[in-house]
Amino acid sequence: MRFSSLQQLTLARFREFIREPEAIFWTFVFPLLLAGGLAIAFRDKAPEQAIIAVVTPSAGDSAALRTAGALTSAASVDKAPIRARQIPTDSVDDVLRTGTAALVVVAMPAGGVEYRFDPARPEARAARQQTDDILQRARGRSDVIEVRDVTVRERGSRYIDFFVPGLLGMNIMGSSIWSLAFAIVTQRNKKLLKRLAATPMSRLEYLLSFVLSRLVFLGLEVGVLLGFGAFILDVPIRGSLVTLLLVAFVGAAAFGAIGLLVSSRSRTVEGVSGLTNFVMLPMWIFSGVFFSSNNFPAAIQPVVQALPLTALVNGLREIMLQGAGLGAVWPQLAVLTAYLVVCLTIALRIFRWQ
Amino acid sequence: MTQNTAPTLALEVLDLRKSYADVVAVNGLELRVTAGQCFGLLGPNGAGKTTTIEICEGLNTADGGTVRVLGRTWDRDATWLRNRLGIQLQETQLAEKLTVLETLTLFRSFYDQGRTVDDVIELVQLGEKRTSRVNGLSGGQKQRLALACALVGDPELLFLDEPTTGLDPQSRRQLWTVVEGLKREGRTILLTTHYMDEAERLCDNIAIVDHGKVIALGTPRELIASLGADHVIRLGTAEGVTVPVTLAELLALPDVNGGREMPNGFELRVRSVQAVLPSLLGIAAQRGIAWSELSTHSATLEDVFVSLTGRELREG
Repeated sequence: MRFSSLQQLTLARFREFIREPEAIFWTFVFPLLLAGGLAIAFRDKAPEQAIIAVVTPSAGDSAALRTAGALTSAASVDKAPIRARQIPTDSVDDVLRTGTAALVVVAMPAGGVEYRFDPARPEARAARQQTDDILQRARGRSDVIEVRDVTVRERGSRYIDFFVPGLLGMNIMGSSIWSLAFAIVTQRNKKLLKRLAATPMSRLEYLLSFVLSRLVFLGLEVGVLLGFGAFILDVPIRGSLVTLLLVAFVGAAAFGAIGLLVSSRSRTVEGVSGLTNFVMLPMWIFSGVFFSSNNFPAAIQPVVQALPLTALVNGLREIMLQGAGLGAVWPQLAVLTAYLVVCLTIALRIFRWQ
Repeated sequence: MTQNTAPTLALEVLDLRKSYADVVAVNGLELRVTAGQCFGLLGPNGAGKTTTIEICEGLNTADGGTVRVLGRTWDRDATWLRNRLGIQLQETQLAEKLTVLETLTLFRSFYDQGRTVDDVIELVQLGEKRTSRVNGLSGGQKQRLALACALVGDPELLFLDEPTTGLDPQSRRQLWTVVEGLKREGRTILLTTHYMDEAERLCDNIAIVDHGKVIALGTPRELIASLGADHVIRLGTAEGVTVPVTLAELLALPDVNGGREMPNGFELRVRSVQAVLPSLLGIAAQRGIAWSELSTHSATLEDVFVSLTGRELREG
């Protein structure tokens, strides 16, 4: 009977991973929670209602009563642009300080009104505009030209559409580097590496088994996050799914190799944790996960563009949002492949087996 | 196999030297292990046993000297050697989440040829535990699994580094049974231990190692015979009590071959307890000495070590 040791090593990695409940949580549940949180933050909302407060007019002031009445009736219709409530005179400052209303309307005895608001708050400026229109129209102002609003919501240009490919890339980076670094350093610490080095095991196969086992989980990881993005958040996937998976796979393999390199010398988990963060931190900042990497000065762009996470995130974004094909993302694939080959070669050379 | 009549050497170590930053671990050590024998390296902790065995296993490099394993050297035939050696390290922790069967199947996959996994599980008596995870095994079972990992490649030469250290007496005996089975199969074994009973029971030949050197070599029987005494008498005094007798006076007694002063008493190596005891009791009666302890035992390798170094094995 002939055994394939690469297959056995990969199988062992796979088994060790699925028998570790915490690992499952951090790999699968955590990104979903993150995406879920974002879904709530970026959900489709009805246009904002302006919340205003009207100072209760004294009983004998008919002009003020008319003003208040106009606002109350405007607020009572369906899909009203404002929500109004009455407040006593002495609580005006309180309301403005705490921001419970964006605008306070004070009716003047001569029939005029005074608006009190903080112009630094965008919703306060909008509330002033809305309220003023209502009051002016109630007194007979008519608009001189007819306007019609046509609102457009472009799918794929929302922030969540920008963010999901970034989150996907960041997750591939994090899980690839962490799972490898942790597993390898633990094995080194327990002298299991030394024991394995005492067998005729191929050392390249040992390192490859980590990269391969990553790919097995990657399918699940990407599938879960992508499914959530597509079905719950309605993020478009305009390019081919095969190309998308290919880029994700090459990305995972590249970060797997980086993970091997990071963990090639460390003897303790504490030591490798610091190193891992050191490697990942620049990419969290510069690689355009949360905002476009083009925001950084031109002088550092060559460095930013050469980061593997930049390549992965840009590749994923181009495929998902712009429908790019293999022909368009080959530069990103080339960058990732270069990282894979270089890091794996160096790791194999400097790897500490004891 | 060579054709000449001289016994084949499975392992030959000449003038081996290894120093670490501040300590000389191995200092001109020599070993010759003939094929088919179980050879023991006996010595206290820090004597250089593990460094020596790891150099022989190709896991450590020597500063000087020659190591020839199965007639080959590590710098030229590493892969060839790894396929033919079985190795148990002192403190390997195997993957906790894998089962016995999975662990052995993994190790088996590294070797070009070897025995079946089931065979090896049977050999180390882990049949009932084959589907148990490593973290559910007892210390003795883990140690037998480690031994099984060393056996899956059907090794010509087996290195066991302190295979029973830290085990309870029953687990130790169980492991000894397995090693005795391997000896019957005619395997060459190099074993390190700091338990003299283990060396005495398992080893055909023993090298006593201290400060990185072999200080005595022979079969257990030869080594004990070299003491020139078959028994050891221990005389103990109560804590802090000085007895009116000197070591020189005791050594001068007839039939006493040697001895030493201990923190609370004396230890004498004698040819016959019966011959020495009357004169010992005579001195005690004469000078009014009340020994708090008087015990005798047959001489062991421990006594050999003590007579060679003046220290006990366990003192390290």
